[in-house]
Amino acid sequence: MNSQFLFSLISGIFIGGVAGYLGSLMLSKRMALVGDALGHVALPGIGLALLFGLDVSFGAFLFLLLGIFLIWLFEIKTSLPMEALVGVVFVASLAIGFLIVPEPELLEALFGDISKVSFEMMIVSIIFSLLIFLVINRIYPKMILANISEDLAKSEGIKIKKENFIYLLSIATMVALGVKIVGSLLVGALVIIPAATARNLSKNLKEYYLGSVVLGILSCLFGILLFRLTGILAGPSIILTSTLFFLVSLIFKR
Amino acid sequence: MGNIILKVEDLNVESEGERILDNLSFEVKEGEVLTILGPNGAGKTVLLKTLLGILPYKGKIEWTSPTQGRGLPLHGKTSRPDHPKKIKIGYVPQRLPFIKDIPMSVGEFFKLKVSSEKEVKEILNSIGLKDYNPPTASSHSSFYSEWASNILAKKIGDLSSGQFQRILVGWAMVGNPQVLLFDEPTTGIDISGQESIYELLEKLRKERNLTILLVTHDLSIVYKLATNCLCLNKKMLCYSVPKELTSERLSQLYGGKIKFYQHSHE
Repeated sequence: MNSQFLFSLISGIFIGGVAGYLGSLMLSKRMALVGDALGHVALPGIGLALLFGLDVSFGAFLFLLLGIFLIWLFEIKTSLPMEALVGVVFVASLAIGFLIVPEPELLEALFGDISKVSFEMMIVSIIFSLLIFLVINRIYPKMILANISEDLAKSEGIKIKKENFIYLLSIATMVALGVKIVGSLLVGALVIIPAATARNLSKNLKEYYLGSVVLGILSCLFGILLFRLTGILAGPSIILTSTLFFLVSLIFKR
Repeated sequence: MGNIILKVEDLNVESEGERILDNLSFEVKEGEVLTILGPNGAGKTVLLKTLLGILPYKGKIEWTSPTQGRGLPLHGKTSRPDHPKKIKIGYVPQRLPFIKDIPMSVGEFFKLKVSSEKEVKEILNSIGLKDYNPPTASSHSSFYSEWASNILAKKIGDLSSGQFQRILVGWAMVGNPQVLLFDEPTTGIDISGQESIYELLEKLRKERNLTILLVTHDLSIVYKLATNCLCLNKKMLCYSVPKELTSERLSQLYGGKIKFYQHSHE
């Protein structure tokens, strides 16, 4: 087992865990596809990073910030639902991304390449994952309340816009880290599937978010091991592992 | 009853260029039960939200904290810094359509609002959920703690609508508010369930000297529970004691002929 493999495994575990945690808030918000959309928004950034030989997560993050800013701007200017705005930004980015990403690296941009995870990148992934975890942990009850009813949350003095912004920024950070592991097309699945599985299995919040985190970690762990054993692409391997857990959860649904 | 707890003067609320509330002025005294009546779209919910401070408005809304020395536990973290007099308002919204989608126990729902376990148990007690008998109510040491832990562990989605409504009322009571705002508290509950919700309100009002503002379509409540009623259809059409609420006034309010017992929910 070489050390590079270990770097990617450890990064995957941290990112998978925090993606699951974020996902547990996304489902209840009926925003399940935001992670997906943001993954695509990252694509032009990945393309530029590849062109100029920069780290893809860095490029992705810059474009995610731009994407969030645009969505926020459109939201102020129009009264369209969030999903529609996200949709517009998402397809536009995808189109631009395809034009920018150099063809030989298209596969890497879309499905990730864990063989590029360096020691430094692992450290960065661990630090940011823990940071996101701490931040989300703080706003978790407020977000849940806002999901239940915005009015109720407001009547408790919760600043919904602020909490939403923090949440969106956390997702963007996670997506920027995640594109390296599973690529821009599949990063959304890292968020959605573990949480969906956990929901099938849980009867209270604690089980739900712990389950999401554990399933996110297990998906990345087994997915990357599967990649190691069989040589199939790591990104799809992780997502399929995750999907398998989901299918099994349907049997035990409570 | 005594001191004025809420004073509203020339209240105007607009949304997207449309006037929703037009020049409302009224007062509510401590310990009163004010029911707010009106047809759909009359601005009842908007009025409650405006009073809560979550919608922008023009005019004056003045909450005055009632008789201080009742030894209410003042929580360090007050949730509404925008109310300088620190009146505590509990709010029960009209519908919570998403809550049953979220895997959450009753206890966790209470924990979203910071509160001690002791307070939660007191509240469960006063909303009458001790009548809930766990299937294994046998000869255990403490019956009290058994039902309490049982209901607290229950999934919100598994509650009956009557139980859920009680939980919402209880949730609004966390932190010992002096005022309760209720938005159609009995939508979707059968008649005996409705009765018990109103009995509960009356009980809480007496126990805790609450002032209650209640939006309802249920005219029988107005006659039973209310000390005052406000008829609203964008403008204030009447403000009176319930017995002055004649069929004439109601026809004027809802349009068409209405007798109070012919009321139906959508």
